[in-house]
Amino acid sequence: MMELLKNIGQGFYNAWFPERRYLAYLSGLRMTLLISLFAVIIGIAIGIILAVIRVTARNSRNLVIRILNRFAIIYITVIRGTPMIVQIMIIYNLIFTAPNTNPIVVGAVCCGINSGAYVSEIIRAGIESIPIGQMEAGRSLGLTYSMTMRTIILPQAVKNILPALGNEFIVLVKETSVISVIAVNDLMKMAGYVGSRTWDVIPPYVIAAAIYLIMTLGLSSLMSYFEKKMGRGDRK
Amino acid sequence: MIVTRNLQKEFDGHKVLCGIDQHIEKGEKVVVIGPSGSGKSTFLRCLNMLEVPTGGEIIFEGVTLTDPKTDIDKIRQRMGMVFQQFNLFPMKTVRQNITHAPVLLKKMTQKQADERADELLERIGLPDKADAYPGMLSGGQQQRIAIARALAMDPDVMLFDEPTSALDPEMVGEVLEIMRELAEDGMTMIVVTHEMGFAREVGSRILFIDEGVVAEENTPYEFFNNPKNQRLQDFLSKVL
Repeated sequence: MMELLKNIGQGFYNAWFPERRYLAYLSGLRMTLLISLFAVIIGIAIGIILAVIRVTARNSRNLVIRILNRFAIIYITVIRGTPMIVQIMIIYNLIFTAPNTNPIVVGAVCCGINSGAYVSEIIRAGIESIPIGQMEAGRSLGLTYSMTMRTIILPQAVKNILPALGNEFIVLVKETSVISVIAVNDLMKMAGYVGSRTWDVIPPYVIAAAIYLIMTLGLSSLMSYFEKKMGRGDRK
Repeated sequence: MIVTRNLQKEFDGHKVLCGIDQHIEKGEKVVVIGPSGSGKSTFLRCLNMLEVPTGGEIIFEGVTLTDPKTDIDKIRQRMGMVFQQFNLFPMKTVRQNITHAPVLLKKMTQKQADERADELLERIGLPDKADAYPGMLSGGQQQRIAIARALAMDPDVMLFDEPTSALDPEMVGEVLEIMRELAEDGMTMIVVTHEMGFAREVGSRILFIDEGVVAEENTPYEFFNNPKNQRLQDFLSKVL
């Protein structure tokens, strides 16, 4: 029994200290965080654009908007209906074929394109959850569509959107691990490297899991802090 | 003031309004009654283009609203509307609800609008609720504030879409009282309602809409004491 515990301890020691291996995790973590950050930004940008198209198309006869809406629906359906690892393989081999592409860009674009589809649906659902009467009340007072959207609908929708968006970010941070399949040295990949050095793969992956867990727990407590802050003015 | 010519509205091939011709003069209090599903709310909502008519014309103060080139937002500033479900802005205080549109549309400064809001709240008997949120108030209070919110834009006409239908019975009176005072002040009003007492006392003309047409219109006295249309006779015998 003692022997077993000692072996496990030794395994973790080997996976962390010799040859300053902890630096490998740190550089992987840095990559994962950078990819997540830029992917979130890209995801939000794509998400907002798609959501605006989807929401305006609801009551618009404008042909351009309707065509854009079609494309948005196709985009969302395809992205949500296919595995991210397949999307990464296609995007990577389709676009990033030059040998010296920046791995952060590759990872962020792949994950951002994926996340955008989910974010747009979150934003759209948040906006559509506000009763139609709010829009009508704003319009009946003579406010324009965009004034009503900006000053009446969105402030209320944000309260519904934020928790779901927080969830999406947590999922995104975890999902970036898939990016390791295209030779991006993120946390997951670095754990794999350490394992291939020590001939003992489990400890480095457990360490990686712990680091992912710390990140997601940190994010979710950050989110609930914001939710509480937002909820304070809520008197529904 | 408001003229409709052959006003029609279809929803997915289902005809709701089948040609309504109306002349509403300044200062009139037109009360619209009819069975549910008859198109009376649709008629009212067409008047400020919340529903876009599928045929015919609406002319308000000489401007053709049904012309796509008309800036409908500008027109709506002069047409107040009160909804069945109040539709107050839940994240804004009562005062902010009233001042939001006039300030955003640069009709008034925030200070002027605040003064106007206090004045209106005084008038509807809720001066102490300025800083409350709508969710903390009763339905009757919310509806009175919705009326104040519409009045803050100084509209030329007020449209009421079943303003008391969502209220508990004991709160109907306070809302009708505000509307009665508004009528006495000379406001042009178009009211869709099931309140026959209000129609009789306040209305200057009553329209009976049935199956998308104005089946009968008359002064309140004639309308209630001498209805000619068979459907109206049936309807009145049920509701009175």
